[in-house]
Order: sequence, then C-alpha cells, then structure tokens
Amino acid sequence: MGYIILEKEILADRVKKIVVLAERIAQKRLAGQFIILRTTELGERIPLTIADADPQKGTITLIFQEVGKSTYELGDMNVGDQLADVCGPLGKPTHIEYRGTVCVVGGGIGVAPVHPIAQAMKKIGNHVIGIIGARTKSLLILEKEMSQICDELHITTDDGSYGTHGFVTDELRVILSTKEVKEVVAIGPVPMMNACCKVTKEFNVPTLVSLNPIMVDGTGMCGACRVSVDGRTRFVCVDGPEFDGHKVDFKELMLRQRQYLPQEKEALELYLSHAATRH
Amino acid sequence: MPKEKLPRQKMPEQEPLVRAKNFLEVPYGYTAELAVAEASRCIQCKNPKCVDGCPVGIDIPAFIKLIKEGEFAAAARKIKERNALPAICGRVCPQEDQCEIVCVIGIKQEPVAIGRLERFAADYERENNLVEIPPCAPPTGRRVAVVGSGPAGLTVAGDLALLGHDVTVFEALHKAGGVLVYGIPEFRLPKKIVEAEVNYLERLGVKFVFNAVIGRTFTVHELLDEEKFDTVFLGTGAGLPYFMNIPGENYNGVYSANEFLTRSNLMRAFDFPNADTPIIRGKKVAVLGGGNVAMDAARTALRLGAEKVTVVYRRSRNEMPARIEEIHHAEEEGIEFQFLTNPTEILGTEEGWVKGMRLVRMELGEPDASGRRRPVVIPNSEYEQECDVIVVSIGNGSNPLIPQTTPGLNTNKWGNILADENGLTSIEGVYAGGDVVIGAATVILAMGAARKASKAMHEYMMERVPKSAKN
Repeated sequence: MGYIILEKEILADRVKKIVVLAERIAQKRLAGQFIILRTTELGERIPLTIADADPQKGTITLIFQEVGKSTYELGDMNVGDQLADVCGPLGKPTHIEYRGTVCVVGGGIGVAPVHPIAQAMKKIGNHVIGIIGARTKSLLILEKEMSQICDELHITTDDGSYGTHGFVTDELRVILSTKEVKEVVAIGPVPMMNACCKVTKEFNVPTLVSLNPIMVDGTGMCGACRVSVDGRTRFVCVDGPEFDGHKVDFKELMLRQRQYLPQEKEALELYLSHAATRH
Repeated sequence: MPKEKLPRQKMPEQEPLVRAKNFLEVPYGYTAELAVAEASRCIQCKNPKCVDGCPVGIDIPAFIKLIKEGEFAAAARKIKERNALPAICGRVCPQEDQCEIVCVIGIKQEPVAIGRLERFAADYERENNLVEIPPCAPPTGRRVAVVGSGPAGLTVAGDLALLGHDVTVFEALHKAGGVLVYGIPEFRLPKKIVEAEVNYLERLGVKFVFNAVIGRTFTVHELLDEEKFDTVFLGTGAGLPYFMNIPGENYNGVYSANEFLTRSNLMRAFDFPNADTPIIRGKKVAVLGGGNVAMDAARTALRLGAEKVTVVYRRSRNEMPARIEEIHHAEEEGIEFQFLTNPTEILGTEEGWVKGMRLVRMELGEPDASGRRRPVVIPNSEYEQECDVIVVSIGNGSNPLIPQTTPGLNTNKWGNILADENGLTSIEGVYAGGDVVIGAATVILAMGAARKASKAMHEYMMERVPKSAKN
C-alpha cells in the first residue's frame, strides 16, 4: 500500500502541511503519537508528530519545517508522490484526563503536535487555554484550528508583528498568575520548552513536554533518542515522547540535537546544489 | 589412507590491509575444486556426530557427499530440507562450537570445514540460478502472523508456507532480515544474500508487511481477534541495547552497538552523503565488550576510517564470547585489544562531545555463575585514555513493547517472553522463539527454536477449525 501524498499546503515560510494515505495509522493513532518516515530508498528515518488524522479517509496530517535535507526533500514532494515508508503510530499516547483548566503552549512548529493534544483535552471537557507563538507573523501556524478548539487563545510574536509582543513564556506567566491552571503542555523548540518549564515550576504546575530528539528505528532498538529524565536514561521513542518537563535535562538534549550539524549542513548544501541544477 | 592426509582447505579471502578499507565481504568462498577437495576429507561416519551438533539437524554427511560428487545444487537442496537459510548459516554459524567440534576428523587433524561447504553449496545454487521452489502443500486455510523477519521469523515463515499455511510476516523496519540486515555488516554477510533468501520465501507465497510495529500498529490480540490469524509467532529478537550506566554515556559520539551498526548497515551511513543517514567517523574509537557484535562494531569503525580502534574488555582473551574466527579477522585488520580493563566514566567536552574515558584495571578472581572467572577491580589502578567515539557493545535485552501491550503474555525477570520447549507462550495460539525467549544468542539457535515452534504451530492449527471458516 502506497503512502501517497493527497494534499499539500504551505502554512508559513518553510512550514508545510501534507496529508498522507496511511490507513492503519489513521485508525490507530492517539494524541501525542508520532510516525517515522523515509522520503526515498536512500532516505533517513525522520520522526514527525501526527498533527491530525481522518480514520474514515485513512489519512494522517503531518506538519513540518524545512530545516535539513530530508525535510527539504519532503517539502519538494507533491500531491500524488509516494513516500518510501511511513511507520507508526509510535510512542506512548498522551495521558488525557479531566483536570478542569489546562493550558497548552505551542512554539513555532510545536503548535502542530500541540493541536491533537488540545483537541483530546477539549473533547473530555477540559477548559483549554491555548498560547501559540512564533518569531514573526508569517511563521505562525494553525491559528484558525487552535481558535476553534481552545476556550481562549493567546497569540504572541517575538517581533510584535502579530498578537502580543513577546514570548509565549510571558503570556504563560500572566495566565498562571491570574488563573488556576491544573496542567500545562508545552511543545516547541528545546529552549522554549525549557523556559516554559522554569515558569511553571515557579507556580508549581505539572508540565508535560513532548521531545523530538534524533531517532533511527523508533522502536527502542538503538538508543539514539536517549534523554536524561530525573537522572535516569530514557528512550524517547518508547518511553516517551512526553515527559515531566520539570525532570528533563534540556541542556543535554540540546547538545545531543547538535550531534550531526556539520553532516546536516553538508547534506543540505549538496541537495540544494543538485536542486539548482535540476531547475 | 591418503584422504585423511589432505589438510583442511583454506578459504581465499581479501588481504587484511585492503579489506580494512572497504565493506566488501572478507572471504571469497571456496572454488569448486577447493570444495570437492574439502568434501573428500569427510569419511561419511555411520553415526555422524556432526548432525547431532547441528541445532536444526542438517544431514551433513549426505550434503558433503553430493559436493564430493560434483552435485552442488543437489547438495544445497539437501541442506534446505532442514535449513531454509544455508547461505546465511554457512557464514555466521559458530560451527566450531556445533557441528565441527564433534567431527571425527578433528580428533587427529582439523575438522571438516562443514560451514564453508554449506556456504559453497548455497552460493553455487543461488549464483547459478538453480534455486528451485519446492512444491508447497495444498492450502490449509489457516493463517499465520509472524512478528519479526529475523532468523527465527524467516524460519517459521518458510516452514509453515511449505506446509500450505497462509503466512504474513510483520516487520517494524523498512527491510526484511532483522539482525541480518541491521546488525551483521556487509563484509560478513552481504545484504544481497539476505535479499535472495527473503525473495525465496516470497516465492513460497509468504507475504511481508513492512513498517508494522507490533504493539503499536497492531497488537498481538488484534492480530488474533480482528485480523483473524490462527496463530502468531513472536520472533522480535533482542532489540534493547544495554548501556554501562556510568557517567557521561549520553555525550555525543557515544553509541550503542545497535545504533552504530544500524546506521552503517541498514541505513548505509558508510555511503553518506549519497545515503542520507550520517554517522560520526571517529579517529580513535573504543568498543566496549568482547562479543561478536563488538567485533562487528570495531571492524566497521575501522572501515569508516578510524586511525585506531581498541576493543576494551573487562576479562581476558580466553573469556571473550566472540568467535575465534572473528577475533582473528579483527586482529589481522589491526584492531587492538585491551583486556582486563573496564571504563568507570566517560569524559566529555563542554560542548557535549566524548573526549576519553576513565578506566580501572581488572584481574580475574573466582569463577562466577557463568563459569567464567569473575573480573575484580585492582585497587588504585585508575587511568585515563583518549577517544572520540565509543561504541557500547555489552549486550541486548528484549524489547518491552510487546509484553507491555499484550495482556496475559508472561515474561521472566529479564523481560524475555516465557515459552515452553515447543515455543508456546502463556497465550493460546501465540508462540515465540529466538533471542526474545533465550536472550541474545546466535542465528542458528534462533532457527532451531523456530523450527520447533513451527512444528507445534502446525499441529495446533491442524487440530482446529480455521478462523476464516467461522463466519
């Protein structure tokens, strides 16, 4: 069965959304889970959160930012093209529970994985406060979708081009100071999650983060995705991807994410130079 | 008796210093002349001990006789009566501990090179396109789900397809072969051989479903209840890498052997950037552990361009679990061995990169539960050593995903699935075999267990009405 791209949409600068035929995953996936895909036969295995799914149509929605060769290549694929592999759903689903008021925070591309969690939180009756942010207005994604789910939605941009001028953490601090929030879910770049956890720690609010380290197989076999949580090594692919944000060693995670920077640069430059000669 | 005087025939191989820079297979295999000469050393014992030594009971004297007579393809078919993967087993079985150790010729001379002959016959048959698809039994209407396409899963799939069952293999990765494709390197087992064996099973009617992680994509109970499989075989292997649990293990440049080998083998990182997956090419690489996987990792690191590769093992050479042939190959290629030392800490830079390790020297004390002398730390023996890549190769546990997602499936304290001598687990209709039951072991032991399980699965299914017949 082919993993055909059925829809493609540009959400923001270098941020794309694709809808892919993957029937079994569409039926089985729960909020918080991810897939691993390969674009081509020589492709690497990259993990992406399942942003949405339609079990009737048998499709899953993936949202990604073009940062390296594999994501550029994925972004260059078109409707009708077929991915070499889509494997999943992987990881443990989010533990969704009625808590009263919850706050979901998505930074940059992190709004994509926050979206299904907000959906599930809302579905069982939580009062969902959303905060979504981006560097600048053109990079903000899923505003409409999030505003439909969240009871209240706060928007921030680092440069003040849209919503409140500032970081999601500033808005988070205001909300935690004024409302009784039982749980925070924060997903985005590692520094943003780290900063959110510092704020929620002050207010003593339990905080879930979803980690996106480098992976290979995604089934617990290799340990590439290991992360220190509460001083213990855990594998994000099978023990996560979500962890208690107050216990994650973000510094180590950040360093580990930089492991292949020179190779990533080399591969991307090679890809772009080939792309230039193709066009 | 001039026959007995003929020495064991050597297998031609690539020169050590040449092969240390490429990923091509090390031995070339016997020529027909060498194979016939070696086969003539077998004295065709009436009560052949070698057959008892083989975990799958291949009729060894019979196939060797066929080689001696020049009936090479017939020899391969004779092996295949008991072993569906001879080209693989001829390469990776520890024959020196199984069939060859009990060979009568071995009392006074070196034993008959059974493994090399097995390899020759299988290669001859495949390379000359003489592989014949044996007739399968008429369809039984029973459906079998095999979880994992490693040695155990492929064996069960082949056995049950021949008996007329409808077999589907579920593989989590994007390629079939399990440890044969992600773990064992190309220079020891060319991937085209695994592909040929998988292709053979496909021609027997076996279906392969890739990217299917059992426990996630389908649970075991879903396979039985919703997908209507009559039996399930769990052959998921030993896929959970152990780490040392010492400080610094999460520095960049520290790999599990599984990750290091998977990147290079399955993902073809040796060919980066033509293949997309990168790998850190260390100058000074330390491999921790003394098994076959450690040898594979060390020799892979060398081929990736390391200036110096050191195998660090806490016991002495005599206790190394790796095959002598693998140790020998590694030494020839220039791998260094550092015995009776054990790392206590991995040292790193501010930027999070490994730069060395702190070790202690060990000595051997009293024998432990494994019968091997227990390594004991020598007081005040600490020292430091530089390295820029470390590969931790101290073994694998079993992956917890299936036990966690399969209510009623019993495991032991190490997480291995409990199964009886026929591979039956605590759930009716669910069988298991290979490393997932016995812990990390060899290809052929997994196949031996799989053979027993497939027999039991066949009997179980034939005693019952197939699920497909019920509405």
